[in-house]
Parts: sequence; structure tokens; C-alpha cells
Amino acid sequence: MTATPVSPSEPELGRARKRKEDARLVTGRTRWTDNMAPPGTVHLAVLRSPVAHAGISSIDTSEARRMSGVHAVVTGADIAQRQGSLPCAWPVTEDMKAPDAPAMAVESVNFAGEAVAMVAARSAAEARDALDAIDVDYEDLDVVLDIESAARDDSPLVHEELGTNRNATWTFDSVEAGTGGDVERTLRDAEVRVDRTFRQQRLIPAFMEPRSVLVDPTGEQYTVWSATQVPHILRTMIAMTLGTPEHKVRVIAPDVGGGFGGKLQVTPEEVLTFLMAEQLGRPVKWTESRSETMISGHHGRDQVQRLSLAARSDGTVTGLKVDLLADMGAYLRLVSPGVPILGALMFNSIYKFDAYRFTCTNVFTNKTPTDAYRGAGRPEATFAIERMMDELAAELDMDPMEVRRKNWIGHEEFPFDTIAGLTYDSGNYEAATDRALEMFGYQQLRDEQVQRRQRGDTVQLGIGISTFTEMCGLAPSRVLGSLSYGAGGWEHSQVRVLPTGKVEVVTGTSPHGQSHVTAWSQIVSDRLGVPFEDIEVLHGDTQSSPRGLDTYGSRSLAVGGIAAVQASDKVVDKAGKIAAHMLECAEQDLEFTEGRFAVRGTDKGVGITDVALAAFTAHDLPEGVEPNLDAEASYDPENFSFPHGTHLCAVEVDTETGGVRIRSYVCVDDVGSVVNPLIVEGQVHGGLAQGIAQALYEEAVYDDDGTLTTATFADYLVPSAMDLPEFRTDRTETEATSNPLGVKGVGEAGTIASTPAVVNAVVDAIRHYGVTDVRMPCSPQRVWRALSEARSSSATAESGGGLGPSDSDGGLTTGGDR
Amino acid sequence: MPRITVDVDGTTYTDEVQPRTLLVQYLREQLGKVGTVVGCDTSNCGACTVHMDGQSVKSCSVLAVQADGHEVTTVEALSQEGRLHPLQRAFHDNHALQCGFCTPGMIMQALDLLAENPEPDDEQIREGLEGNLCRCTGYQNIVRAVRDASEQMRPGAGPAMERSGETPAPRASAERADTRVTGGQ
Ligand code: FES
Ligand code: FES
Repeated sequence: MTATPVSPSEPELGRARKRKEDARLVTGRTRWTDNMAPPGTVHLAVLRSPVAHAGISSIDTSEARRMSGVHAVVTGADIAQRQGSLPCAWPVTEDMKAPDAPAMAVESVNFAGEAVAMVAARSAAEARDALDAIDVDYEDLDVVLDIESAARDDSPLVHEELGTNRNATWTFDSVEAGTGGDVERTLRDAEVRVDRTFRQQRLIPAFMEPRSVLVDPTGEQYTVWSATQVPHILRTMIAMTLGTPEHKVRVIAPDVGGGFGGKLQVTPEEVLTFLMAEQLGRPVKWTESRSETMISGHHGRDQVQRLSLAARSDGTVTGLKVDLLADMGAYLRLVSPGVPILGALMFNSIYKFDAYRFTCTNVFTNKTPTDAYRGAGRPEATFAIERMMDELAAELDMDPMEVRRKNWIGHEEFPFDTIAGLTYDSGNYEAATDRALEMFGYQQLRDEQVQRRQRGDTVQLGIGISTFTEMCGLAPSRVLGSLSYGAGGWEHSQVRVLPTGKVEVVTGTSPHGQSHVTAWSQIVSDRLGVPFEDIEVLHGDTQSSPRGLDTYGSRSLAVGGIAAVQASDKVVDKAGKIAAHMLECAEQDLEFTEGRFAVRGTDKGVGITDVALAAFTAHDLPEGVEPNLDAEASYDPENFSFPHGTHLCAVEVDTETGGVRIRSYVCVDDVGSVVNPLIVEGQVHGGLAQGIAQALYEEAVYDDDGTLTTATFADYLVPSAMDLPEFRTDRTETEATSNPLGVKGVGEAGTIASTPAVVNAVVDAIRHYGVTDVRMPCSPQRVWRALSEARSSSATAESGGGLGPSDSDGGLTTGGDR
Repeated sequence: MPRITVDVDGTTYTDEVQPRTLLVQYLREQLGKVGTVVGCDTSNCGACTVHMDGQSVKSCSVLAVQADGHEVTTVEALSQEGRLHPLQRAFHDNHALQCGFCTPGMIMQALDLLAENPEPDDEQIREGLEGNLCRCTGYQNIVRAVRDASEQMRPGAGPAMERSGETPAPRASAERADTRVTGGQ
């Protein structure tokens, strides 16, 4: 896509504006947290447990204390009374079992990487040196790593005091909810039934900027700079966790180098840095190494998904049962238990059927805690249902696209109440799909696939489909309340027209690459009729942007953007009163276009910037109107928004090596109205990269002792430019009806949709050898093993000596590690 | 402590450094050149890429003492008198950055790539950037930006390149191996 030229009278919405953010970023004039160091800053380093489960019998810090430059050495025992427990804001059930989650271990460690001691020193290097001089005695305990065995009654326990590894069991049943029928009966009566088990491997968010936090206690308030997605939540949680009065804490998220859910957290290190700054009375900074990010920052996904799908033999789906095990890791973090529950609302995806039951059991293991990772719950759900649709198609020998068409919600059926209890406001799956098929050349590729199969090519072609929807714009507060989440889902904005006519927009959302400054400038420019260039956007500082619920779940535009619209509209309202007074006419006689109030039918008028000056001087304001031209709004959405799309992937699988190459990738996303197509396209690309990475490259792997063996970028395969194809993207635009901009959200679409598209393609390429699944990531080794197992079992079957290809293992036709 | 003299972005600095200080630490902590950033500790991510004597190096893999007597260029020297370097402009024009954390390293690596091969095709661009990770963009717009810049930067294609963008003289490959650290996976 090339940028469309900009002419001043065109509306801003829909324009491919180049970003305001870029000038600083491309020249290196940045404000990463680690760039800051007020005078007197000391550096914090954290000693981490090398073992996954152990009692701490003693810690000797005497030598470290004596080392050059060391200001303080602190252990968990030293702060046991002060540190509180890291918050979990999502008690999903009333009887949820939650262990105490200290920022620093006191009596025992429960995962390798957990903090056990910390050193503050003159330099980061001296602090790290001193860590080596600390001696910790560990008493090993049984390590519990595998999620399925951890869920069993006879498993050793991660937290002895809880008496179980099961954190919570959450269910949804369409009979109880009154949205549909009985899934067991539907499965019993089904003409076709497909049972599969899928694994969502553990992933690492791997934002490029390592986490960093700096706490300066020397002013009136504690000033906390943190590479966080959630400055507002962090401030409240510091206050609640540590008892420091909230008005004495200011949190700033300056430039933040990516998040993807990985910085949606109240981290142990934020608490520890705060406590150290409090103790020393001087600024303290902690910046992690990449390996620390990998072992101690939270991970994502990690579920075992058992599914049963009922259908008629014509391909009509009648019911779905989902049983999940979700790995919480060793502790609950901010929203850990709620992540799989977000998926519960999405397993039905774009399809209609009569019966649905979802059960999720959250399980503790001795691994790094899991929490939100791009899409949080929804990629997992979409993967499972899209794999199931392909499996159903294979079972019935139907085209997988036809199976989908047969079951999806028709565009004339919106608004549509889903079996999971949501109302989808708008969508047009037909339009997006038709466009994608056309771009992809579906039929030609199918023909080539047949030819390759017929001639027994060593390189086979596979075609993968993923038609998806997701829920964005978290969230109506009442829905979050009904799901027991600890906060609301509203967003806040303030719009201030300054005396000179320039505008400041304050938003409570907090970007880390999503281009809020540019997008909000466009939104407000149209609303107020002031030039794009005259608008500044303030964010990410609890002092300048006092209220907000931050950025995650593609909520910024669909919730925060609407708050900016509402605040702008209030400004225009107020300006209209003043303008009427200035023009000596009735307010109803004014019309407001392109920044000017005109008296209808005359050439009399006044610009909004003149009104701003009048509102500032306040010499002659109408009765009851306060000085200054500004307004604020808190917006609570009435519904989620539901972007959707169709993604198509063609892969070539080398049947001799197991190597997978993406040959083409096409997607048509419908994200509602578009504020800035450049930004939308960029978000889709980045999302695709992350979803494809789950399908083909990334996995957090632990050894039998609970050590993360993928703790560097050498072992954890974040794809490089060489690993990814050129994407072909397009859009359809079906406006959301639930908000005045018609926007839906785009941050997670690519990630959610691409993983099943790629894996469906890989399986499709080699299904004719008897392969029905390949575990993610579909590394060459996994693909090769799936092929050789399928071949040898079909050889056995042919010789009459054994069973044919079987799904009795739940579809896990391959296992093991790469 | 060893004493080094380094030319960084056109200014000469003489400093004492610890023998173990990395070039990137020296740039960030002693010189305040915080435009160059650190994303990993295994020289895989390329976020710290700068030029030493006109060739890209991962500054987390070079000791400050190794820079003694050399000329170092960081992203902060590329734009001059408020004018962006063609590569910086191309990144902006093509929306080739989101959070921007990888961007200085990407730009410095791309500059080296174009110096070596002024007319790369997409495959060569992808290869040339293999040691630089970006988590936000999916690389496609970065590839476009580099291609776009390569067109802008060809002789006769508009404003001449600025100082740090000048094509460095080719060096012997053995010599090159000293300073160039290829990450990759
Ligand atoms: S910081 Fe990652 S390569 Fe230098
Ligand atoms: S733009 Fe965020 S890592 Fe590249």
C-alpha cells in the first residue's frame, strides 16, 4: 500500500497519515526507561533461583555486603513483612485457590528464575558481581512440570498449603446459560463426531525492549518509570500491594518497546525496585538482561485442549464440548486465571450450533507464571475450532471452505446472539472470504496440490484456511463484573483547546508501538476541525493523564478512541455556547463545520480557536459557562467489538526433511472503519509474524529439572526477516454498530488468525500420508516424525498386522521435543 | 583502567574505561548516546548495531577498548541540520517501525547493507537484516523501506548522502571479520 496524498479538506479518518511518533524514534532521540538516570541513581540486580522447587534453608549475604560499591543486599526474609503479595485481579471462581505470591521468595522457591535476593550498587556491573558472592542453600523438593500429571490427585504439590495443584475450574454450559442445548446428548446423537486434543505450547512474549524500572523517591511523590503497558493499573496496584498511599505514587510509561501482553503486569521487580528506593531514599534502577526476561517475565498460552465436535453428515455442526487444562505456572499474576476464560467466549467463533459446553481447569506447575500474551485466550480458541473444522472436513471428505460456509453466521443475520452468550453486532464473513479466495488463487493451488500428490512429489503443497472473529475493545464493565474481573473496562480522555488554538488530547490508554499519537490526532482533528499538526497527545503518565485503564486486548481505539470522541464533542458543545454568545445568536442557529461556527444562512461566523481564546480570557462568557475550552469524558462501551477475517496460507512441505516453507499468505481482515490504513496494515503484519511464529518456530522448553532451555534468542526462535514471507493483505469494512466511529480493533487479528491457517496448511500437505495433526511448533523434526509415524503405521495396517492410523491418542500423532 | 580515544559521531572522546566495558555500555552510560539500545545478551538481536569505521558491528559484542583509535557512528549522527537521512525517511515513509526499539539497529545495519550492495533485491535485504530482530513489524515494511531508500540513495537520485552515509571503502574480508559480529540463529 502506498500512502495516499493528503489534502487539507479531506477527513482525517481513513487517511494513510505517516506517524508523528517516528521522527524521534528513527533519530534515536528516545526515552526508554533504561535511558533515565537521575543524579544519585543506584542499580539493582536480582539473584534468581537456579532450581525449580526447593525450600530455602539459608542465605549468606555477608561477603556481598562488603563488596565495592554495594549499598544494600536484601533477601526475601528481610522484606517478608513489607512486600505483600503480588496482585491477581481476576478471581475467576469463588473458591479459587491462590497462593501467596511474594515479589521475592521467603521460605521456598517455586520456579527457576524466582527472585531470592537483590543487590543495589553504584553500577549495574558491581551489583551483578555482588550477586555471585551470595550463597543460598536450597533443599530440593519434587518438581511438578507436566500439566496433565500436575492436575492428577496424586501429583506432588507446587504449593503444599493449598492441598491441590488445581487453581480453579470454570465452566460454561449452554443449557445453564439458556443459550442452547445439552452437549452430551448432541454428541451422543451425532451422525459424525470428531475428537481431538491440541496443545498450545508455552510462548514467550519477547518484546524487544527488556523490562526496566526506575523509582525515584526524592520528590513529593514516588516517581516510577516503568516499561509497562499499564501505568494506571500499576499505580493502583503498588498502592494496594505496598500500602503506599496512591496519591504519593506517580507512574510514567515513557517510550515502551513493545508489550504484546508481556508488559501487562505488576512485576516482582517493580515492587522490589520500589522497596529498595524506599529503603535507600535515592533513585534505584533495575534493567533486566534478555535471559532474565525469558526465565522470569511471564509466558503465554500453555494449554491442553480436548475437544469433541458433533455434526451431521452434511457438514452442519451441532455441538462442541471443550475441556481445557491451562498452566498457570507457579503463581497467579495479574490476569492469569482469566486468560483461558476469555477464550471460552470464542470457541464457537463465527459458527452457529446448538449445544456448547466449556470447562477449564487451571493448574499450578513449577514453571514461570503465565499470563496475557497477544490475543490472550482467543488465539488458543480460534486455533482449536479452526483445526476442528478442517478435521471435520477431512472426516466428511468435504472442502474445508465449504464446511465453514455451511456453518457460519450469514451477514444478514447480524446482530447475532452466540451460544457463548455474546452479541456480535456486525460482520460479513462472505465478503472477506470471497475477496481472500480471489487474491489467493484457491482453485489453482488445489489443482497443483492434486498434481503434486499424483506424481508423488517429495515437496507437497498444503492449503490452510482460518476464518475467524475475536472480541476486541475490552470491555463493557458490567461484563467484566460478571466474569469476576477486579476492574472496569471504561476509558478516559480529556481534550484541551489551548489559548493559542493548539490542542492537547489526554488519553488513558498507554501505547507501546500502536501509534496512538497519530491516530488520536486524526480522530480529534476531524471532530474539532483543527489541523492534525496542531494536536499533541499525552499519555502514559498518571500525572498528566490521571485516569485510564491502559492498553491491552485491542481496547485502545475502540474504547479509548471513543472517549476522545466524546470529550471532543463536549468541547464543541461548550464552544458552541460561547460562539453563540460571541455572535449574538441562538445556539440552534449555528452550524459547525471544519472548525468554524457559522450562523446559518449568513457569512457570520467564528473559528474554534478564537472561541478558545475567548474562553481563556473569560472577559465575556455566557451565563453559567466556565472559563477555558476543555472537556473530559469517561466512556464505558456497550459491547465488545468483533473484527473478523479470512486468512489463507499455502505451504510447501519437504517430505524428506520435514522442512516447511510458506509459499504464500493472503489475508482479508475486517476491522470495521479504519482510522489510518498504514497503521492497520502494520499491526496486521506484526500480528501475522507472531502467529506464524507460534505455528512454526517458537516454544518455551523446560528440561526435566524445570530449567528453561530456551532462555536466549539463540534458542528461542523469534523469526527473522529470512523466516517470514511477503504477506498479501486487504480489508473489507463492516462498521461496528456499537460505537460512533464504527471501529473494531486490529492489534491481535493477525496473531489469532494465522496460527491455525499455517498449521492447517501443514497438515493438509501431508494428510494423504495419514497425518492428522502436527504439534506446534511444526519444526522440521516434528513434521518428519509425524510423516514417518504415519507411514509406518499405514505400512503395518497394509500388511494386516495392526491397527490403522488411529486418533486414540487424541490426535497427537507426534510428540516429543524438537 | 585503560584509557581510550574514540571518535563518536564526529566528536573525539578520551576516557578511562573498565577492561570489560562493552562498546554499547560506553556509548550509553559514559557518553549518553542512548539512541543505541540493548535487546539481548547473546548478540542475536542487532538492536545495538553501530558502525565502526563505516562497517556495522553489534556494539554489545565489541569491548570499548577495541574501539580505541576507531571511528564510531551511531544512529544519532545520521540526520543533520534537521534533515533525515534517506534511510530514516524511508523508514518513516513506509511505516517500517512501530515501537521503534529495533529501529536504530535496523537502520545502521541497512546502511551497511546498502553500502555493500546498493541495489539489493528483497531476498538480499531480508538476508542482510537476518541478524536484526523486530517483534512488531513482521519485517515487510522494513524491507520496503530499505528498497525505497536504495532507490533514493542511488547516484543521481536526489540529495547527496550525508557524511555518515558515505560509502565506506571496501576492506579486506579478514579485517572485516574482526569487527563484524554476525548473530543469526
Ligand atoms: S544487544 Fe542484541 S545484538 Fe547487541
Ligand atoms: S518496531 Fe518494535 S521491535 Fe521493531
